[in-house]
Amino acid sequence: MADSSTIVEITGLRKVYGGKAPVTAVDGIDLRVTEGELYGLLGPNGAGKTTTISIATTRAVPTAGQVRIAGVDVVARPAEARQFIGVVPQYNTLDRACTVAENIQFHCIYFGMSRAEGRARTSELLDQFRLTDRATAYPQQLSGGLAQRVQIARAIAHRPKVLFLDEPSAGLDPQSRIAMWEAVRGLRQQGITVVLTTHYMEEADELCDRLAIIDHGKILVQDTPAALKASVGGDKIYDLRLHDSAAVEALRIELETTQGITKVEPTEGGLRVLARGQDGLLAHVVTLANGYGLRDVSTAEPSLETVFIRLTGRDLRE
Amino acid sequence: MSSAAVVPVPRQRPSYLKAFGGLLLRDLYVLRREIAPFLIRVAMNPLLFLFVFTYVMPHMSGAAAAASPAARMAGMGGGGFGTVLLPGLMAVAIMFSGIAAVALPLATEFGITREIDDRVMSPLPIEGVALEKIVFSAAQSLVAAGIVYPLAYYIPSTPVQAHVTSWPFLFLVLVLGSLVSGALGLTIGTSVQPKQIGLIFGVVVVPITFLGCVYYPWAALTHIRWLQYAVLVNPIVYISEGLRAALTPGMGHMPDALLLGMLVFFFALLTWLGMRGFRRRVVS
Repeated sequence: MADSSTIVEITGLRKVYGGKAPVTAVDGIDLRVTEGELYGLLGPNGAGKTTTISIATTRAVPTAGQVRIAGVDVVARPAEARQFIGVVPQYNTLDRACTVAENIQFHCIYFGMSRAEGRARTSELLDQFRLTDRATAYPQQLSGGLAQRVQIARAIAHRPKVLFLDEPSAGLDPQSRIAMWEAVRGLRQQGITVVLTTHYMEEADELCDRLAIIDHGKILVQDTPAALKASVGGDKIYDLRLHDSAAVEALRIELETTQGITKVEPTEGGLRVLARGQDGLLAHVVTLANGYGLRDVSTAEPSLETVFIRLTGRDLRE
Repeated sequence: MSSAAVVPVPRQRPSYLKAFGGLLLRDLYVLRREIAPFLIRVAMNPLLFLFVFTYVMPHMSGAAAAASPAARMAGMGGGGFGTVLLPGLMAVAIMFSGIAAVALPLATEFGITREIDDRVMSPLPIEGVALEKIVFSAAQSLVAAGIVYPLAYYIPSTPVQAHVTSWPFLFLVLVLGSLVSGALGLTIGTSVQPKQIGLIFGVVVVPITFLGCVYYPWAALTHIRWLQYAVLVNPIVYISEGLRAALTPGMGHMPDALLLGMLVFFFALLTWLGMRGFRRRVVS
């Protein structure tokens, strides 16, 4: 990798919504997204992800802090910054009075393309997103997944530097979600930087090069999905449940001294063992636990969910 | 690792003009598809109004005829009710186009669909998007006024006495009146909650029409002094009186300079209010 270049730069971002009971939606966020990266903001609903994206896309004004897209301050020069930004909001904002093709075509024209350029770009995008046969359909006639694809096609029509996707898979069926993931990966191959928000672990894990876990308007941690999962302290998780909770403490002491096991922590009715993946270790653990009345064992690999629970003590799904 | 250089992007000022033109083109394109509803919307009100009050009523006899406004207005000199209505109905058409072209669509676009988002995200200051709404509406108002003129001229059974003394003045009044109407539509569209948009007919459109010196010249209010002063806050008054001054000067009207001044004043005021409301709606 040559030198990395920052395309999205967020510094000390704060947003307080006024009113009788002021709400701090974003509480001091700093982040940098490198060109070409697929960056995720992962967190529960109400964590401040959408507000962060709204500010970065010139749709909300921050209380404090700064956002620069391709070096342009979005608060001071919003119209200029919008040239570099593509946005797909959570809801379907397609122009209901225009067809699919016209939605994309007019978007091109707003961004200064001639009508001929706009037409050429539109057919290229319709083709890329496999929408050609729906070109003359109106937005009301599209399924959620198709509308989402049209929105992505429209958002990148002016060749922005960064595409912001706000909860792209909200309301999509599993099949459309996979199609959407494919489309997003395709964008990355074209060199478009993507910033997305999600509260789906699998989505963040599957798609993102790097991600920030956000809660209560603050970034708790940011890294690659692999590094985040590794931070849990093991690459295998064994959940043991015992018949007799009195035996738990004794088993714990025994397990903690076992080689390959990095951490043992009590759970309801048993123990959670974090371990390095090692041949024969599971068999060993099971044999050992059998002596203490093992009732059941389940194994898992650390997920972003595990990371989130460790950081916040809460489940991500409300 | 820590040396993160900012990507050098060729600094290019976005072309506001192209974006603005694109927005206009989109609106024109959509309107072209709905040209029949547009024509019906513009023509129906004046057509029926003229038909009933300046054709049907004058043909009645007896008490009904004596009670008709046509009969009373005839006594004012200058050519009867038809002559009063010509500029008045053009003013209504201009005003109503502002409501129909800006306020009503904005209500849906700000509502559930948030359709305006893509246009707000165009490389143009947000005020430019709002201004496009005003300009597009003004263009529709001009067309509407052009459609009403022949109707109001030819339908009345008594000849309408229209006479243009100054074309530049007529042009100025039409353009300023249309811009005022667009700005009014923007102000209403951005200040009314989408679900209450149905109310604006009763609460705004009907009162400003009936109290807008549409069906009577302002001077005729002289015997109801309080009303004569009260209606001065209504921008429609200056559109109908302005057209009266430009088209039917025999009828008696406000001074030309005052009319132009008030139209400019209302255009500035309503544009400011409308743009402020627009910004509030799209930027949080």
